[in-house]
Amino acid sequence: MGIALQLLFTGLGIGSIYALVALGFVLIFRATNVVNFAQGDFAMLGAFAMVILAVELGFSYWLSILITVVIMAAFGALFNLGVYYPLRNRTFLPVIISTIGASILLENGMLAAHGPQPQSLPSLFDSPGFSLGPVFFDTQYLVILAVTLAMVVFQYLLFERTLLGKKMQATSQDKEMASMLGIPVAWMIMITFMYSSVLGGLAGILVAPILFVSVGMGSSIALKAFAASIIGGFGDVSGAIVGGLTLGVVETFGAAYISVPYKDAFAFLVLLIFLLFRPQGLFGEKVGEKA
Amino acid sequence: MSELASTTVTKKRVKGKVAAGSVIYLLVALAAIFLALHTSMPAYTRNLLMQTSTYAIAVLGLTIVLGYTGQINLGQAAFFGLGAYGVALGTTSFGLSFGTSLLLGTGIAALAGAALGLTTLRLGGHYLAMVTISFQTILSLVLTNWISLTHGPDGVPSIPRPVRFQGGNAYLALCIAVLAVVAYLVWWLRRTKLGRALQATRDNELAAGVVGVDTFQSKVIAFALSALLGGLGGGFFAGGFAYISPDQFSFNESVVFLTMALLGGCRLPVGTVFGTGLLIMLPEWLRFLKIIYLAVYGGAVILIMVFMPDGIFGYLAVLWRRLRPAAAIDTAGLAPLRLSQQAASEGARTLLKVTELTKHFGGVKAVDGVDMAVQSNTVHALIGPNGSGKTTLLNVLSGIYRPTGGRVEFDGSEITQLKPFQRAGHGLGRTFQNIRLFGDMNVLDNVRVGADRPGNVIEDGLAGDPVERRALAALEFVGLANRAQEAVGSLSYGHQRLVEIARALAGNPKLLLLDEPGAGLNHVEKDALVALLQRLKEHGLTVLIIDHDMRLVEQVADRITVLNFGRHIADGIPAEVLRNPDVIVAYLGKVNTNAAPRA
Repeated sequence: MGIALQLLFTGLGIGSIYALVALGFVLIFRATNVVNFAQGDFAMLGAFAMVILAVELGFSYWLSILITVVIMAAFGALFNLGVYYPLRNRTFLPVIISTIGASILLENGMLAAHGPQPQSLPSLFDSPGFSLGPVFFDTQYLVILAVTLAMVVFQYLLFERTLLGKKMQATSQDKEMASMLGIPVAWMIMITFMYSSVLGGLAGILVAPILFVSVGMGSSIALKAFAASIIGGFGDVSGAIVGGLTLGVVETFGAAYISVPYKDAFAFLVLLIFLLFRPQGLFGEKVGEKA
Repeated sequence: MSELASTTVTKKRVKGKVAAGSVIYLLVALAAIFLALHTSMPAYTRNLLMQTSTYAIAVLGLTIVLGYTGQINLGQAAFFGLGAYGVALGTTSFGLSFGTSLLLGTGIAALAGAALGLTTLRLGGHYLAMVTISFQTILSLVLTNWISLTHGPDGVPSIPRPVRFQGGNAYLALCIAVLAVVAYLVWWLRRTKLGRALQATRDNELAAGVVGVDTFQSKVIAFALSALLGGLGGGFFAGGFAYISPDQFSFNESVVFLTMALLGGCRLPVGTVFGTGLLIMLPEWLRFLKIIYLAVYGGAVILIMVFMPDGIFGYLAVLWRRLRPAAAIDTAGLAPLRLSQQAASEGARTLLKVTELTKHFGGVKAVDGVDMAVQSNTVHALIGPNGSGKTTLLNVLSGIYRPTGGRVEFDGSEITQLKPFQRAGHGLGRTFQNIRLFGDMNVLDNVRVGADRPGNVIEDGLAGDPVERRALAALEFVGLANRAQEAVGSLSYGHQRLVEIARALAGNPKLLLLDEPGAGLNHVEKDALVALLQRLKEHGLTVLIIDHDMRLVEQVADRITVLNFGRHIADGIPAEVLRNPDVIVAYLGKVNTNAAPRA
């Protein structure tokens, strides 16, 4: 029982990372109908920015976080202009491939700039954590859970309580109508990319102390985040979060009780099962094409 | 007689052109094989060529699935790996011959492709991207971790080659010969009925189904063929390099395969092969870039997508077409279009019978218990104010929507549960309110897909291609045969409508459903449409037409059914129905006048 609780805690922590990246996926998908295969590299960039700022340049942790967030927002804008905007009127296929190209560019660009050596980032807090009964609460996992919760609340308030959020929602639901109502659609999409990039960057900052920071760290997170968003119901915001958490837990339990080498396969097996029996995911609805 | 002779001559000229192309292709292929056999080259060069030819076989699979069918496959390296491990393990662990192992590996790859396709191709789009990535990831894990079978990360060494092709040059020649055959077959596939079905599915899946293409089956076949070619390429790759390991078949390699297809132009086999060669040679030429090579490569992918979305050869093909516009086809000797009609002696009968048909979307009753009958050899109009459920009814009739309740009988059999392509097979043709053509196919191929419908009897006992004759006759009927070779997107809106009608007519429908054929047409085009509809009527074709233009409806309709709020409110001959007080109220609200509604 104690072990199960411990695994649940760890699974939720790692699932939160998937959830944050999945959230970025879903927001961009809703705004542009595009699946961004470079979403995981946003996390990689965030983690590297932290390593460079906090470890190599010796800035304070909080200042480094602030600068990283600013960098990620700017990067999101750049990504929109370079990778999505020129292809906005094309079908989904060229855009998917363009984001794959961006992913190769980012990973290998970072490899060329920073070398293949994996880096590590210390945790924000000195205390490793505390035990409560049989469960050890690792500080970094607690931070991950807290930040994820905070981001979910922030996003809820942004979308439901602010005019900007309403405009972003209107844009994602019907671009033509939104632009007729005077909403600057291109700007809303720009903001969406910036926000998603920041979400990805945050996931990177949070996960960096647990994993090594390497150029490939983003792709495996992104694949699982993508799987998570399909399991939750593609395009659904709460689905992305629930899907991410579910996947984190399934993976952790699978590795503990079934097989460690096949740890990365569980996420995809769950995904295949969902695609076979409930392709619309936990929260999604079936939509047909209109003649 | 002389007319007939002249078409035969044109036909021969076209045939001659194709044959000449094939002869040149054969000569080039033979020359390449000869050079591979007799040129002495460093092992390094030979390896690059071997890699190019075996990769190209796998990338040609992507030409089928991505280029022809428009489905993404981010797991081609996995199928390539299945073929490679088939040969490697078959020869080294199980003592089978190279040929048997190759057959086995290719077969397993094709089966895996078919299984993956059968379970997930209904979803398409980004789901398919994800499923292929999942398959890729799981296979990579299995190759690394199932050590007792695959030797794990160490890989499989000393893979033998077939007995007669032990030498490097001989084996390279074999690979090139296989590639030449595969490329030819893939090129040939494009012009077959299956090839047209794949392209139609790519360009407009919904329309392809309604025209008679089993789109799901087409996609599964495309996927299985693609996996098969992946396996075949992988098998030869294993023999060529004598050693394989799991990291050669990772997700990154799948991305490389995809990029190769896109770079050269994945709709043309020659482009695919060129792209493969270019991407394998590029690192050699770009060595001065050193470590940023892969970053440059990622950037290049984005630039290709932005500036040359159809790849290098796609780009060249467009230029070529601009320089040399396609010649018009000689239609002088064409037999007139024959349409399905029933002998007058049989008298009128009910061709389409709709009983208590309902279609609800959540709480909205778009179609709410409609009864309707269409008599053969009549033009039947379905009218009603906006939102009365006309288009929904048509979509239920053609099988795009499943009805919530009720029955549809067509030509004596019940079709309520059939899929759109099955209904097309029964002889139900239709057009769409917002035109749905196959945008990247030319006018003639668009109509050919219509003629390809299952159950369409078009054998006329003449030499040559009856499908093409049928398609040209249908185009001639709507007056567009002289534009047969043009890109369908270059036609005016009005002409595109006519192509859509020709596409339906080529399938020789028993009943033609026309969804607002007059929408968006100007006066001249509308008059031409009325004339066309009247010609169809003279041919005895049964038509069910929706339109808002009462002038048009009055001119062509024998009977009218009126819908309002998803219910049928009137039925009868035009003169009566248009003076029916309920109909007038439905259109104009409550007014005290006897005037007929006019749109």
